[in-house]
Amino acid sequence: MAMTDTNPNAMAVSDEVAIEIKNMNKWYGSFHVLRDIDLTVQRGERIVICGPSGSGKSTLIRCINALEEHQQGSIVVDGTPLSSDLKNIDKIRSEVGMCFQHFNLFPHLTILENCTLAPIWVRKTPKKEAEETAMYFLEKVKIPDQANKYPGQLSGGQQQRVAIARSLCMKPRIMLFDEPTSALDPEMIKEVLDTMIQLAEEGMTMLCVTHEMGFARQVANRVIFMDAGQIVEQNEPESFFLNPQNERTKLFLSQILGH
Amino acid sequence: MSDTHAQSVAFVRDTEIPPSPPPARETGAIKWVRENLFSGPMNSILTIRGLLIAFWLLSGLIPWVVNGTWTGNDIRECREILQGSGGGCFAVVAERWPQLLFGFQYPDYLRWRPSLAFVLLFLAVPPMLFIMFLPRWTLALTAVYPFLAYWLIWGGTILTPIFIALAVLFGYFTFAKIEKRGFVTGLLAGIVVAAAIIWVGGLVAGEFSRFGRLEAVESRAMGGFMLNLILGIVCVSLSIPFGILLALGRQSRLPIVKGFCVVFIEFVRGVPLITLLFVANVVLAYFLPPNANFDLILRVIIMITMFSSAYIAEVIRGGLAALPKGQYEAGDSLGLDYAQSMRLIILPQAMKISIPGIVNVAVGLFKDTTLVSVISMFDLVGMIRGPILSSTDWAGVYWELWAAACILFFTVCYGISQYSQWLERQLRTDHH
Repeated sequence: MAMTDTNPNAMAVSDEVAIEIKNMNKWYGSFHVLRDIDLTVQRGERIVICGPSGSGKSTLIRCINALEEHQQGSIVVDGTPLSSDLKNIDKIRSEVGMCFQHFNLFPHLTILENCTLAPIWVRKTPKKEAEETAMYFLEKVKIPDQANKYPGQLSGGQQQRVAIARSLCMKPRIMLFDEPTSALDPEMIKEVLDTMIQLAEEGMTMLCVTHEMGFARQVANRVIFMDAGQIVEQNEPESFFLNPQNERTKLFLSQILGH
Repeated sequence: MSDTHAQSVAFVRDTEIPPSPPPARETGAIKWVRENLFSGPMNSILTIRGLLIAFWLLSGLIPWVVNGTWTGNDIRECREILQGSGGGCFAVVAERWPQLLFGFQYPDYLRWRPSLAFVLLFLAVPPMLFIMFLPRWTLALTAVYPFLAYWLIWGGTILTPIFIALAVLFGYFTFAKIEKRGFVTGLLAGIVVAAAIIWVGGLVAGEFSRFGRLEAVESRAMGGFMLNLILGIVCVSLSIPFGILLALGRQSRLPIVKGFCVVFIEFVRGVPLITLLFVANVVLAYFLPPNANFDLILRVIIMITMFSSAYIAEVIRGGLAALPKGQYEAGDSLGLDYAQSMRLIILPQAMKISIPGIVNVAVGLFKDTTLVSVISMFDLVGMIRGPILSSTDWAGVYWELWAAACILFFTVCYGISQYSQWLERQLRTDHH
């Protein structure tokens, strides 16, 4: 059984468009959080979004699977326009996986049940098949032996890897990561990043909000810097880190790389 | 320690410290007594005082229980037997036991029917309470039980409960089918179908009233502890689902649904139960067409259910509020729809948090069923206050009767409380 579309030329980016955001604006009340966002993501592209806190980077990726509502502009995910139509929203959500800063595993379900819940109820996959898929992905994130434990019994790094496996069980075509390592102890960051790197190598389209610049250097095709709700600068990682253009970017980089 | 530090600031551990057992604590009863009861002059005085009070209480209680009599047909016989020995006149409990349980109007040759229903309760309830240890089909026993119990207790043709069961079943299926097009549409369609079946059922049951017939007993004949149990069990089981709906409705984004739930909850919580019971007893009759046969017990059940579902809704709302927002978002991000994420993710966790509160309401509700005694229904309290204490045979035997009532209620409430604590331990999913 082919579990993923393993692309022989895995790191390659196709010219097929995965996400297209045009002129998107969002307000919280009268506060303008996202301003004129234009962003096109190709299939297989790996984008790292960074920026100071409050710059709107999390809000941006949460708009992509409609966890946040945008008020202006258009978002098209995998050819499906994001509107207030619940059918489209559900379709997009089942195609787009998401990992959160605080993992958000379901504490009342075992690891295995966490992973099989959505395939069984949303995809209507038979239970046995869903369990096989779940075990496949749990092995992939290297915690198959914890399958019958509860999230509360796992370390933070393990929980985040389960969260990744849980998203993968829905066979998403796009993965969103919202600061996946920010709540982890330093010792556990690596195991999560390794899982994400592995995923990137298999050609998954990824958008990561993260401050792990090493990760950005290693796997990103593009780094986006946001400030005050706008995309300030974007470039390939090499040029982004070595030769930032905007003053704000320079300041930010000097602060996070400066120690 | 300080010289170690001075000798070598640099330190490399080359052996691991093996884990060792904690220091053996001094144990023994005398040690415990000294620490907990006589740890100082103040505590010693309090301990001795406490012992004296306990002794004083027991010296009254024990002779009352031990010297009490269980035979005798009225209070005068009791007094003759006791001869001032300070014993209790438990003969009243023995003699009026069937009345305490069933009331004074339930025909005595039919008492086996509610008794059987009570015994069957112990088959019907475990599947619901202990489903984690039992096969799923046993839930069918729980599902059938209410209709069977109704037939046994009230009698009449078996067609009536069968049609009510069918109405519930088909109403639910209609709701499940149409629910995708909208929750409210589904709910209305379900109610319409159920009402239609009940209407047809009423005609059919009227026509074939001899089919599967048990001798009918009127609602006004229900009484004693049986009435408390009926009201308690029915109202608790109805008010939990209604409470869940109200709690979810109060969180709804639809202004009409939300408004209705808020107004309902706030109104019901602001009104004493006893006024609602008077409304059920008297006022509802004005709104109903003349000669409408709207059973008093049914009216009381509706009122108590309304009352407790508002309280349970607030308890569950607390549980919902305690869940981190991330749980909703995780459900959404996986593509679960509203009903799925509520049923599979949010409610199981919110209900678990709400168990102590729900049990609190349930126990309170069960005891509040004794309030029906003020609208001239003869539940356990109504029986004691009315027919038993006002009879010339037993006038003045207060202690023994109220003690019996306390023991009956305590048994049930303590059982509920123990179950809920066990359930909370069962549902713990962190470190075990």
